[in-house]
Amino acid sequence: MLELRNITKQVGAETHLSDISLRLERGTLNVLLGPTLSGKTSLMRIMAGLDRPSSGTIHVDGIDVTGVSPQKRDVAMVFQQFINYPSMTVYDNIASPMRVAGADRKSIDQAVQRAAALMKLTPYLDRLPLNLSGGQQQRTALARAIVKNAGLVLLDEPLANLDYKLREELRAELPRIFAESGTIFVYATTEPSEALLLGGNTATLSEGRVTQFGRTIEVFRRPADLITARTFSDPPLNTVAIRKSTGTFALGGGVSFPATNALVDVADGAYTMGFQPHHLSLSRSAPDAVALRAIVTALEITGSESFVHLRFGDADWIMLTPGVQNFAVGEEVEVFLDPRLLMVFDGAGRAVGQATALAA
Amino acid sequence: MARIVLDHIRHSYLSNPSRDEDYALKEVHHTFADGGAYALLGPSGCGKTSLLNIISGLVAPSRGRILFGDEDVTDLPTERRNIAQVFQFPVVYDTMSVFDNMAFPLRNRGVAEADIQRRVTETLEIIGLADRAHKRARGLTADQKQKISLGRGLVRQDVNAILFDEPLTVIDPHMKWVLRSQLKELHKRFGYTMVYVTHDQTEALTFAQSVVVMFEGQIVQIGTPAELFERPSHTFVGYFIGSPGMNVMPVTLDGATARLGSQTIALPGATSPASATRIELGVRPEYVRVGREGMPIQVRTVEDIGRHRIVRGTLEGTDIAAILPEHQELPAEPRVSFDPKGINIYADSWRQALGA
Amino acid sequence: MEKTWNNKAWFLVLPVLVLVAFSAIIPLMTVVNYSVQDTFGNNEFFWAGLDWFDDTLHSSRFWEALWRNLLFSGIILAIQIPLGIFIALHMPKRGWGVPVCLVLMALPLLIPWNVVGTIWQVFGRVDIGLLGRALAGLGVDYNYVQDPFDAWATIVVMDVWHWTSLVVLLCYAGLVSIPDAYYQAARIDGASRWSVFRFIQLPKMQRVLLIAVLLRFMDSFMIYTEPFVVTGGGPGNETTFLSIDLVKMAIGQFDVGPAAAMSLIYFLIVMLLSWVFYTVMTNYGQGNEQ
Repeated sequence: MLELRNITKQVGAETHLSDISLRLERGTLNVLLGPTLSGKTSLMRIMAGLDRPSSGTIHVDGIDVTGVSPQKRDVAMVFQQFINYPSMTVYDNIASPMRVAGADRKSIDQAVQRAAALMKLTPYLDRLPLNLSGGQQQRTALARAIVKNAGLVLLDEPLANLDYKLREELRAELPRIFAESGTIFVYATTEPSEALLLGGNTATLSEGRVTQFGRTIEVFRRPADLITARTFSDPPLNTVAIRKSTGTFALGGGVSFPATNALVDVADGAYTMGFQPHHLSLSRSAPDAVALRAIVTALEITGSESFVHLRFGDADWIMLTPGVQNFAVGEEVEVFLDPRLLMVFDGAGRAVGQATALAA
Repeated sequence: MARIVLDHIRHSYLSNPSRDEDYALKEVHHTFADGGAYALLGPSGCGKTSLLNIISGLVAPSRGRILFGDEDVTDLPTERRNIAQVFQFPVVYDTMSVFDNMAFPLRNRGVAEADIQRRVTETLEIIGLADRAHKRARGLTADQKQKISLGRGLVRQDVNAILFDEPLTVIDPHMKWVLRSQLKELHKRFGYTMVYVTHDQTEALTFAQSVVVMFEGQIVQIGTPAELFERPSHTFVGYFIGSPGMNVMPVTLDGATARLGSQTIALPGATSPASATRIELGVRPEYVRVGREGMPIQVRTVEDIGRHRIVRGTLEGTDIAAILPEHQELPAEPRVSFDPKGINIYADSWRQALGA
Repeated sequence: MEKTWNNKAWFLVLPVLVLVAFSAIIPLMTVVNYSVQDTFGNNEFFWAGLDWFDDTLHSSRFWEALWRNLLFSGIILAIQIPLGIFIALHMPKRGWGVPVCLVLMALPLLIPWNVVGTIWQVFGRVDIGLLGRALAGLGVDYNYVQDPFDAWATIVVMDVWHWTSLVVLLCYAGLVSIPDAYYQAARIDGASRWSVFRFIQLPKMQRVLLIAVLLRFMDSFMIYTEPFVVTGGGPGNETTFLSIDLVKMAIGQFDVGPAAAMSLIYFLIVMLLSWVFYTVMTNYGQGNEQ
């Protein structure tokens, strides 16, 4: 188990990390999700022992390892830039951690063959990294991390430099690799869809702070605050200012709907309402769905889906709808919103009135 | 603004190419219409960046010609082709202010200072950097720097086309949405011919009116996003576009039905390809319906990505992926059926037309 | 990146520290000691306080030598920096030409300094030197032993030949690290060769140029071996730089006190000027960052 207690990192006048506390259990996959410069890499470097925190401590299975060098920690790391020893073959690259640890030839060979088979590198074992494609180089780096059988494996945006499709393929293979027993995996990414595809737990980071940590699908569906909700949506979260008074929420433009479920107990006042782009639909999805009229400002078609950019009063929204739509820019459309799928945030950005039972 | 004609372009980076494999671009013959928004989509190494550099003049093609309108520009150097290019990594002149960065291409061409003032101020408004006009270009965020790169192209009056080489690579996911909409708006407003190179299908499909899919130095299909999605003419296009890509399974044909293992699938039409060695059926996960009726599958994993779920399993020994809408349940004994609208038949990887 | 703390590193550095102590720190202390004392020779020393410093700062000999040093360094920087940049810009960045050029550039730097001096001393001789004879054959009246201008010219050309390569190699390293996209964008922007140099290459070379200027200034200001071998400080005092004067005083005339004082003043001047250069250039760099 890896535990971070009140980790802070200051570099000069800048705070890269502020008061982070996390508990990562054995055998879990943990995603660090956040935009660039939110502190993901700084946090991983501290977990690895490459940097010391300005304050706070790290404990592995109860033992304080804050000052311990990376060589002494049981950790493996995979970086965004494909890092391999350029003068060694793929076989030697993968074997290197075991050779450093002084293992015997037979067990090295077995482990390397196993890792190579897992990463589909068996035909390339004799090649040098520069004769490999980007995807293959990164697989080599991943194989090297697997072979070490470390207790903690850190992956810092490992797929970011790969093509879209390669990324998809490798990402589909990662859960297989993550099925190693006992290892804690930490995976940093800027893309919410990657976090969702990987599953496990997610910690959302923003400006050096962890805003929420929990099971990925929970954090996605029930963000504790507006920042987490925004971090976790791609396309960007749709928001609009609303006002609650006597059991009704008013959106402006004459639209209002009654407060239901846990939202009934929320105090009257001004709030921000947030909802995912795919929760707007062109047809009435539920009998109590709220109808809104909005103007189309742009249209993006991907073949399987359409992103319709809308303007509702002062708010700019994106609606994600299946199929190809042919709206004209400037056209007014009627869209529907299921009130059960809304998120409401107070003035400080905290979520309020979250339903206890989620829609499946 | 102009029509761009690629006339039998072949290109090799080797000095004495002999075989087909030596060519990075095997044969490209295509016309980009004036004012169109195009995307060149393909994996790394497919030749899209080489093609873009040939259009901009940074690389001279080994064979073939390139014309802007009716003018042969194959031997014309980059500076005289009147194109603007935005690169993957933001290129800004660090020592100059934002204003001077944008004025640079105009000053180099000897435009009068009063005109420069006017055009640069206008363009700064368009790209949203008017409040930073006199700040140093160094120290801006990646997306602001890319806007400056773009602005340097927009500021010129004489631009024939704007070329983009994977420009959103270093941009955060949220800003990508903003920049993409802005690019679309720019295209609508000014009507430049725009060619956008990327390996990201979402970028390509949302930006372009017409997408050119490339693979190993050749154009595989050109079409609107809807055409590429519904009727991919090559299994590669089916695989590359769509997330997840199209399911491809080996079948045998019998009139208007296909046999997959012990299952029979009704086809929307019949076909009998003459001398094909491999017949495959392609159906996108979006057209695979999961329910209690149809062909039985063994489910391996279910991935929840919020707006829908991806069910990955095995059907008659081949892998299959299906999209399950957000609130639909997965039955205990799942079965799948294919929507006839989404069924395609491929002979040796090329799509066959299905007659009535 | 912070390195994790490891005390074993001190043991690795210990031998060097001992060496530096013996070859630099202790002698420096000895010099300071001499500079505040006077002796009449028979190892008897009297406290002289700041007398020697006073004398030195009032001696015209000192100021003339200092002036010669400043002039020399100024000329050297004015020639070597632009010339070094120019050569670096024209060196190939790819292909077989790269190692060939790099070796050619490195050669002058590998020659021991007194050998450099000897080479040029012979080279410039009117009777047997290639340069001397060629110039005489062309009718040019060249004699570095007797003519002050010729002496200066010879020393300057020798230093340029010897040290420009350092500037070239440093600038080349800076240039090679510029990504191609910058040049491509500049072509598209229609930039002239000069603009490319001014707005892309020069800014990217800033850091290495700082090192180059600092190194060349310090080395040229402290120059000793080469001119000493070629001209011995002559004709007369024309090429007597501070270092040469110092040695004459300390070892030739055995005026240890004034020599020590002068060497300390020299040391402080070098430090001061280096600090000024460094501050100006790093602030110039940071001004650009703002």
